[in-house]
Amino acid sequence: VPQKSFRQALNEALHHEMKRDPRVVVLGEDIAGGAGASGEQDAWGGAFGVTKGLLGAFGPSRVRDTPISEGAFIGAAAGAAMTGLRPVAEIMFIDFLGVCLDQIANQAAKFRYMFGGKAVTPLVIRASYGAGTRSASQHSQALYPILTHIPGLKVVIPSDPYDAKGLLIQAIRDDDPVVFLENKLLYDTIDDVPDGAYTIPFGEAKILRDGRDATIVAIGRMTLFARKAAETLASEGIDCAVVDPRTSSPLDEETILELAGETGRLVIVDEANPRCGLAADISSIVAEKAFGALKAPILKVTAPHTPVPYAPNLEAAYLPDAERIADAVRRSFAYRK
Amino acid sequence: VIAMTARIQAITMPKWGMTMTEGMLVAWLAREGDRIVAGQEIMEVETEKITNVVESQSAGLIRRLVVQEGMTAPVGGLLAVLAENDAPEDELEAFIRGYARPIASENAKRAAPTARLISSGQYALNVLSVGEGPATPVVLIHGFGGDSSAWLFNQEALSVARSVHAVNLPGHGGSAPAGSSGLDDMVAAVIATMTALNVDKAHLVGHSLGGAVALAIAASARDRIPSLSLLAPVGLGSEISAAYVDGFLAADRRKPMRDALACLFANGERVSPEMVENALRSKRLDETCTALGSVAATLVDHGRQAIDLRRLLSSIAVPSLVIWGEKDAIVPIRHADGLPASVKIERLADVGHMPMMEAASAVNRALSAHFETAEP
Repeated sequence: VPQKSFRQALNEALHHEMKRDPRVVVLGEDIAGGAGASGEQDAWGGAFGVTKGLLGAFGPSRVRDTPISEGAFIGAAAGAAMTGLRPVAEIMFIDFLGVCLDQIANQAAKFRYMFGGKAVTPLVIRASYGAGTRSASQHSQALYPILTHIPGLKVVIPSDPYDAKGLLIQAIRDDDPVVFLENKLLYDTIDDVPDGAYTIPFGEAKILRDGRDATIVAIGRMTLFARKAAETLASEGIDCAVVDPRTSSPLDEETILELAGETGRLVIVDEANPRCGLAADISSIVAEKAFGALKAPILKVTAPHTPVPYAPNLEAAYLPDAERIADAVRRSFAYRK
Repeated sequence: VIAMTARIQAITMPKWGMTMTEGMLVAWLAREGDRIVAGQEIMEVETEKITNVVESQSAGLIRRLVVQEGMTAPVGGLLAVLAENDAPEDELEAFIRGYARPIASENAKRAAPTARLISSGQYALNVLSVGEGPATPVVLIHGFGGDSSAWLFNQEALSVARSVHAVNLPGHGGSAPAGSSGLDDMVAAVIATMTALNVDKAHLVGHSLGGAVALAIAASARDRIPSLSLLAPVGLGSEISAAYVDGFLAADRRKPMRDALACLFANGERVSPEMVENALRSKRLDETCTALGSVAATLVDHGRQAIDLRRLLSSIAVPSLVIWGEKDAIVPIRHADGLPASVKIERLADVGHMPMMEAASAVNRALSAHFETAEP
């Protein structure tokens, strides 16, 4: 199986689906041209190079640069989805969610429900997220808890290139609005990615590691740290399962409850802020449905309740890392009822 | 598996299959203080397909179990230490500390042989070739929904003096679909691929649907097939577990796939998470999904086998071996009853539909012996 980057896997997914279905179009800022590249076509492929090559393959009517106005082009994409196209819109940074939230939360997410199931909205909104690139508070957030909160949206957060391709194809073939979030620091990660098109169903967690002593739930880039922590802990004789939900909505409660129940100890890792976050949500579900199986309190390893700092030392302290995750698991073992 | 020093012996992680770089010790079947004999089952190890029992290759007193149940060790890594009671504790400690820990590297995995696409006219089959030597080559043909990795525990063992080619049937394992995915298409594709590989003659080994393909090839290219080995083949009776075929086709998530694959084995709990994941990865591909539906229609018709080759086995004069697990829940072992007296039959107790995995050593011995009797 060929090795490909996360970026390349996403690019292939877009190529496959645009070739397979003429209704698939892409739109967003600088996805066809590029900032500072006057007159040059396909200069950038978007801020992270994901759409590079689509313009040449599918032409300017299906690969459209938009003005810097998320409210306008996300609204256009939602309307196009409802009237027969299958748009994939790119928001450069999920931090810009605020200026188009009405189009997402009040329009796209509500169409199926408010039109009595007579309308479908096959819309994909791709966006980068995450800290660690010295991009400061307005370009570094992990805002998926806000989106996960909204019924009618599906929220996908892939952690490796294989999943990125299969989940994006699934998102494009899905008849509901899907927000697809890509961690900036995963774009250059490499993995086995088949050449052909394939889909991964939503709502099925991936078990990255089996273990019998404790369960670590981690999503997106946090899975890398969770796996590293599990390796460290294995050398100390603590055998951890690591599970990646892959989609925060729908959430694979069953797999998480099963593993948490089997191991009796649960640590949840999330790079989003802690209040009303994904970690808090999963924690509440397990506390409610598997309380009797727990041997220790559920522990969360998250960013603090602060904006993402710009200073490199503070930004490093802001993000969860393998050592903090391993410490949490050790604390879980230190607890005695 | 066993390395010797003057008085202390190491039990290490065995290498099962060409791509294995590390394994999980699922369970110890012996304890510290037990005296074990050669051939005794001492541990269970999880591979990329199933959890299998490992037999000790030497005898002695178990002084230390170094790796706990549930932990992973690299191939060649120290798992336990055998020594007589007169070996002092500090000597054991020094032996364990000084034992070089091999690195389970991704490079080792990448260095394993990989399949290549062999084009021949209208066909393009992915073929994994291993070994070389003067003896007649072997061609291995997997079953419905499988691929060349079905022979993970066999291909290397069979390749001591010959090349062994594991083909991927059309629509499986990266091979292009062929025609309408009928039996004739599969037979023609394998024959054309043998020719493209410059394999004039080959011992044919087929499992399940691959058994029917092998039998049909032997009938149509008699001169090229010195021997035929059929493992739990279809085509010799009418019963088949349509529930398995339907369940496998429908499974797009981990649990249904695990339940489907578990039916293949006498002990379904042995199916490893990696086998489930790999089956899902293969089946998720658009092209596989479409092709498998057509192949299923070739295999099953209204809940019965759609292929009947029983008369062929009586009419061809190719030395034939049939291997069947007594606990086969997919194609019943009674289809091995009443075959011509010239057909050798090997029945394996406590084995399901996958004898080449569940009883790899016994199958490898039976196949090697069968090849020997049929060498020109």
